[in-house]
Amino acid sequence: MILVDTLVQGILLGGLYALFAAGLSLVFGIMRLVNLAHGDLIVFAAYLVLLGVSLLGLSPFVAALLAAPIMFVLGWLLQSAVLNRVLGKDILPPLLVTFGLSIAIQNGLLEAFSADSRRIPAGALEGASINLGIVTVGVMPLLTFASAIAVIVALNAIFYQTALGRAFRATSDDTVTAGLMGIEPKRIFAIATGLAMVVVTVAALYLGMRANFDPSVGPARLLYAFEAVIIGGLGSLWGTLAGGIIIGVAQTFGAAINPEWQILAGHIAFLLVLLVKPRGLFPRAVD
Amino acid sequence: MTQLASYRLTTRTRTGTAAGLAALVLIAVGIVLPAFVSRSVIQDLFYILTMLTLAQLWNLLAGYGGLVSVGQQAFVGIGAYAMFAGVILAGWNPVFAILLGGVAALILAIPTAFFVFRLQGAYFAIGTWVIAEVTRLLVAQWKTLGGGTGTSLPREATGSILGVDAIRALFSVREAAARDILAYWLALVLVVAVTGGIYWLLRNRLGLALAAVRDNTEAAKSVGVDAGRLKWAVFLLASVATGLTGALIFLQTARISPDAAFALTDWTAYVVFIVVIGGIGTIEGPILGVIVFFILRSALADYGSWYLLSLGIIAIVVMLFAPRGLWGLISSRSGLHLFPVRRRLAGPKIEGGH
Repeated sequence: MILVDTLVQGILLGGLYALFAAGLSLVFGIMRLVNLAHGDLIVFAAYLVLLGVSLLGLSPFVAALLAAPIMFVLGWLLQSAVLNRVLGKDILPPLLVTFGLSIAIQNGLLEAFSADSRRIPAGALEGASINLGIVTVGVMPLLTFASAIAVIVALNAIFYQTALGRAFRATSDDTVTAGLMGIEPKRIFAIATGLAMVVVTVAALYLGMRANFDPSVGPARLLYAFEAVIIGGLGSLWGTLAGGIIIGVAQTFGAAINPEWQILAGHIAFLLVLLVKPRGLFPRAVD
Repeated sequence: MTQLASYRLTTRTRTGTAAGLAALVLIAVGIVLPAFVSRSVIQDLFYILTMLTLAQLWNLLAGYGGLVSVGQQAFVGIGAYAMFAGVILAGWNPVFAILLGGVAALILAIPTAFFVFRLQGAYFAIGTWVIAEVTRLLVAQWKTLGGGTGTSLPREATGSILGVDAIRALFSVREAAARDILAYWLALVLVVAVTGGIYWLLRNRLGLALAAVRDNTEAAKSVGVDAGRLKWAVFLLASVATGLTGALIFLQTARISPDAAFALTDWTAYVVFIVVIGGIGTIEGPILGVIVFFILRSALADYGSWYLLSLGIIAIVVMLFAPRGLWGLISSRSGLHLFPVRRRLAGPKIEGGH
């Protein structure tokens, strides 16, 4: 029973990691951009949602709905004003710029909100659970997992069923040829990053409601997210979900053996997968 | 044809020789400095020298070797912990235990290289970071060295460090100050050895091969450069030296914890900023970068997180508008190269017009 329980909790935790990772996967898949500030942007969005809840007295979900367009615009601006200038064959410049951004966001948040850990109040949702017969699961983890699925279904729908998605895929496969066909890659990139920031807002909502956060927790989230993306394979969103679940399950099993091994077990699962498949499990695009 | 024999390939320039002489003078001043300045100056210089060493090593990896590692804190940390283990568990003198730090870094670097060299570009960066996290979490399980909370060097060990008594007698200072002077001298040795070593490498076959691989891997391979072996050599060399530096840094602080020894911000973020701001891919860059870094740190020390905030923003601005860093700006305007590595043909002027 404990085994099944641990497995289910791990899969649900994987949903959270997939949410962290979905935006990253999108951006990485389309423009091969490694955004080292992704985790800090999630934390930033969590503070934005918290402001909506504490200042305006909104429900967290409404606050996230308001934060999402703000994040979209920020992402769009970030891409057009900064990241588009450094994208190229050399991966070093974007890596260093986003590294600088990561440190800047962390310390900006520290200055604005102090190092105190915060939490987005979720009311009755916080302790609620459902008995599924074999196992009892929390409503919040279940909701997180459902949101992860919903986000991935929505992103895939955009990706494969709209003109914008066609442009995404075209620029992902071959930027130069896509440009010849009348697609403006830089505009596409800006929209993609904006979209990724909307996903970041959803991730931030659950990050903030499920656990305490402070300005310094971003890099750890980034690492889990990146592991999920890499395990899943470049450009595959369902692969990213699978990657998140692998890390989540490894972490809960690690924690079941010894609480100190939780994080370690996740990292080791990542290393093992990469040792066997250096390009991840389900790569769609070629690097 | 005998005329040709008098032509030779050289990297020597007049500026280079002058800079070399100036460097020798600076080193000599550096050696006698503890006799004239206060303990806090020595501590600041220790910090500058160790950061410069780490910056030169990261520059060797990323700027010359194309290996953008975000996990150098793994080697700082493992080097420091190996030094502590040598002192606490085996009763070594801390100065000799520093060498253990280099050995431990090498032992960690070999499996790390096997793993991360399978990964490309961004995957490589993330891979090194994960390895550093795994190392930190594993070391935190090592209960005899304090586990997650860390430990200090025992008093009897810090009291009997090789050479401290001689320094006390020489400068008539307290034991703690003498320890700082010793650490400072060792840092001076390390930074000279690392900078000099990298310069020597770049002027030799390995440097030529590195430049070739960096500029065009396929073309370099086609003329017989073994790019894979080159990466291994650079990675292992940089790891060992990073481990030695880590051991030295924590010999000076005499206190260690996994979070401090494996800190991403201190041992990788700062180092990356120093290299980027100064100028990546040059030996002058990190030197200029560490000076700018220290001035900023002193100027903004009272403003807490504003300091890091501005450091991050400066790095972004530099990357956007001067991707070759401050030194890149200076050297492209003035043509100045203090550590010339470009090979030129030198010899008698060719007479024309006959």
